[in-house]
Amino acid sequence: MIIGKYLPGHSIWHKLDPRSKLITVSLFVISCFLVGYWQALVALAGLELLGILATRLPLGYFLKSLRPILFFVFLTVGLQVLFNRQGEIIFEFGFFAITDEGIGNGLFMALRLIIVVLVSTILTLTTKPSDLTLALESLFSPLRAIKFPVAEMALMIAIALRFVPTLFEETQKILKSQASRGVDITEGKIRDKVSQLISLLVPLFVLSFKRAENLANAMEVRGYVPGMARSSINLLKWKGQDSILVIGAIAIFALSLWL
Amino acid sequence: MDIRFKGVSHIYNQKTPLEVRVLHNVDLEIKKGQFTAIVGHTGSGKSTLIQHMNALLKPTHGEVCIGEKVIRENEKAKNLKAVRQKVGLVFQFPEYQLFEETVEKDIMFGPMNYGMSAENAQKRAKEVLQIVGLDEAFSNASPFGLSGGQMRRVAIAGILAMDPDVLILDEPTAGLDPHGQKEIMNIFKELHEIHKKTIILVSHDMDLVSEYAQHMIVMHRGKVKLTGSPKEVFKNSQELEDCGITLPIPARNYQRIAEKLGLPLNDVPLTVDEFIDRIAALSFKGGA
Repeated sequence: MIIGKYLPGHSIWHKLDPRSKLITVSLFVISCFLVGYWQALVALAGLELLGILATRLPLGYFLKSLRPILFFVFLTVGLQVLFNRQGEIIFEFGFFAITDEGIGNGLFMALRLIIVVLVSTILTLTTKPSDLTLALESLFSPLRAIKFPVAEMALMIAIALRFVPTLFEETQKILKSQASRGVDITEGKIRDKVSQLISLLVPLFVLSFKRAENLANAMEVRGYVPGMARSSINLLKWKGQDSILVIGAIAIFALSLWL
Repeated sequence: MDIRFKGVSHIYNQKTPLEVRVLHNVDLEIKKGQFTAIVGHTGSGKSTLIQHMNALLKPTHGEVCIGEKVIRENEKAKNLKAVRQKVGLVFQFPEYQLFEETVEKDIMFGPMNYGMSAENAQKRAKEVLQIVGLDEAFSNASPFGLSGGQMRRVAIAGILAMDPDVLILDEPTAGLDPHGQKEIMNIFKELHEIHKKTIILVSHDMDLVSEYAQHMIVMHRGKVKLTGSPKEVFKNSQELEDCGITLPIPARNYQRIAEKLGLPLNDVPLTVDEFIDRIAALSFKGGA
């Protein structure tokens, strides 16, 4: 999943309340795992394609989000094809037998995986990380009744997300500094590579601790007290379109339960 | 080793919605042995410019010539490592690149990456510690226990240890007290005059620039606006102001005095010494 890869835009997805998007995406993912028929999964894929087109973002971003899971896709397909021994045998080679059901199952699982990753990509590409945290805080707020520290959890997520780009930037800077001292990650023996990696990790840790300390001080100076009631500058607004989206999602969910 | 830019443009995140063009068709030349200052407002493209000089970045268009080596967009990464030994780049706040247990080991890291033996690298570390004005007793200290100014010298020593012909310094005096600034600048002056290094200094401090640099490059919004000696460049005070650059303090003071006294404004003193000479000459005339 690409976190913090928000792309600004003006599509319907960008205007929706992050809570409705979060609920819809969660229900959609569960639905994907519930359905057992090809036809249903393809129908979900079709719906998702419409959703992707509605983001009005270049399709390349969605393809890029698939790259990290490509390995798992091939692994599932491979394992299913090689080790599923049910169904008609198409081809046999010693211990291995390739069956029609094996191929079918493998492709089914691969498609399911791709659909799940793409739908979460819609969410992260069209929602600011800060809005996502707000949505989580809002959706989890009933848990306050059982003394679950919802606000603190949301703050932790917000800080973690906030520092992803900062850490990335810092890593780039240190990489460049060390490249200026002759570090080239692409070459050298394993032993050299370890010392080169250390030259990146140690400064990164030192900087992170320094940053954490500064942040803690800045928060204290501004009067942060854990557990105190807080207001937020960005208020979420639930509109009619959000209700429609969630009702649609529930309908899909109910259908896939029933099927 | 001369550095030449021919029609260099650089675009970050090309072909995405986040595309930014940082350099526009930059032509410039930095001659061997020169002390050059690159100045410009924040975001004028200075950092991007200097990263082309040791091939950390490749131009999107145009070409960068570093000595004999010509770097274009499609240059392969593995051909660039040698360039970085000849052109040492000291980033802003270089103390953050320190990572070894001892100062000496950290300084040895660079030369050993370029295949120097541990023995020679150790010898080299001792030499450069002396150049940056640190006592040999620091060799076995942990770099993380040093003061900010000392850490910065160690980091600079780490680049010097590779014996680059060209030394690029990005805001080397940022965050140091005035005394520390002067000490650091004198290291570069010595490197330039005694060790005959080409020095490229990026700075916001026009007083430092006018005192140390022989040649100036003024950047504004990714373009080279003015070049020449500080004397020539600082004559264009109006254009400099458009680029967000103010004259050195002695020049500004002299301008105000000259305005009051009705003296010509075209040839202003840039350093404190020049300023004093000029005022002394004035009072002599006044007395006579």
